[in-house]
Amino acid sequence: MIASSFEYFAPTSVDEALALLSEHGDDAKILAGGHSLIPAMKLRLAEPAVLIDIQRVEGLKGVSESDGTLVIGALTTHHELESSNLVNQKVPILAQTAGEIGDVQVRNKGTIGGSLSHADPAADWPATILALDADLKIVGSGGERVIKATDFFEELYTTALEADEILTEVHVAVPAENTTGSYLKLHQVASGFALTGVAVVLTKSGDICENIAVGITGVSDVPYRASEVESALAGRALTADNIAAAAEKAADGVDILEDIHASEAYRSNLAKVYTRRAIEGAAS
Amino acid sequence: MNKSRKQINTTINGEDYTHEVEPRLLLVHYLREVAGLTGTHVGCETSLCGACTAIVDGQAVKTCTMLAVQADGAEITTIEGLAQDGELHPIQEGFWERHGLQCGFCTPGMIVAAHQLLERNPNPSEDEIRHGLEGNFCRCTGYQHIVDAVQYAAEKMQG
Repeated sequence: MIASSFEYFAPTSVDEALALLSEHGDDAKILAGGHSLIPAMKLRLAEPAVLIDIQRVEGLKGVSESDGTLVIGALTTHHELESSNLVNQKVPILAQTAGEIGDVQVRNKGTIGGSLSHADPAADWPATILALDADLKIVGSGGERVIKATDFFEELYTTALEADEILTEVHVAVPAENTTGSYLKLHQVASGFALTGVAVVLTKSGDICENIAVGITGVSDVPYRASEVESALAGRALTADNIAAAAEKAADGVDILEDIHASEAYRSNLAKVYTRRAIEGAAS
Repeated sequence: MNKSRKQINTTINGEDYTHEVEPRLLLVHYLREVAGLTGTHVGCETSLCGACTAIVDGQAVKTCTMLAVQADGAEITTIEGLAQDGELHPIQEGFWERHGLQCGFCTPGMIVAAHQLLERNPNPSEDEIRHGLEGNFCRCTGYQHIVDAVQYAAEKMQG
């Protein structure tokens, strides 16, 4: 499988990358780790005339902590997030999610920024990024802006990124001590993508659910926050009955995907079951 | 130089290579057809089977899902680079001693992935070995002898 021909650029700064994007507009695609884009190009589902490889751009890699916020460079690989001591200590659900992606080789090369920008409906990161209420820093020719993860995913493979913009950082507020998280996923056996992936971030006060955020991927065209589940459980005791009743609302009001791997009814049931288990996991 | 072609410099198994390549050339095809190192195999071509695994700047990657131009400046180790001075690498020896292969097609990728695994975790449990090789498919052995081979290598490498 050979991709269509394209012109290749390897800028070393964000400014240089943005200038190339402005020049080539919709003909150009940004290449990060390449583990979403290159497979699509090999199948000729994507045929960009220009590829702008940003892996050599300075300053987009690695994780640091600043004023109670983890700042994750867009080019940070899944493996780096899975194995980072800082991430495991401060926001373990990020490391847990990273470890569920693809396989070792894929995690070595794929990046968080690339995955989010590609916005595959069955990718893992969107669920967790939504549940953590992350901020996304975007840089474009008109300057930079920060948007909420909840405003980022728009349609199938479509995000709030404009043609001349690049996602550069993911900002995650380090949760309070009494906050726990859990990401639970059913792997599609062949591809490893999520048939359903549920991320839960839960703040407890004794046995009471003080606050809960639930992000779900793999179930709909667009990853979503299960707000019906959240409002059903917030302020209530974390009993098995309350959790199960809340989880029943995991697919409420959602347009559910259907494909050869899972019917609408099956996916809807998966969303409920995995939501219940992920909440139980975070609560225990 | 033709505008659409790019010059790339790599070090593969300690030797320097310089070629002008089309940007769409995949790294696995560069290794096999340009550099002439056919130990790295083309399997599924869809980032799943791991037969094309090589180590690029210290990371095991699926070279069917990487462009050769992305490897410009990289240090690459392929299956051909593991044996030293005519002596099999302990992982290769493990596959020999513990019968870790039948047809052998997946073996180069399996050994290179095992190399990454043992570098990160020199004394892995059986579960950790299976997890560490999740990106490599073998359709002959049922994996048990591959696990045995990696355990053999882990013991030998720890001396």
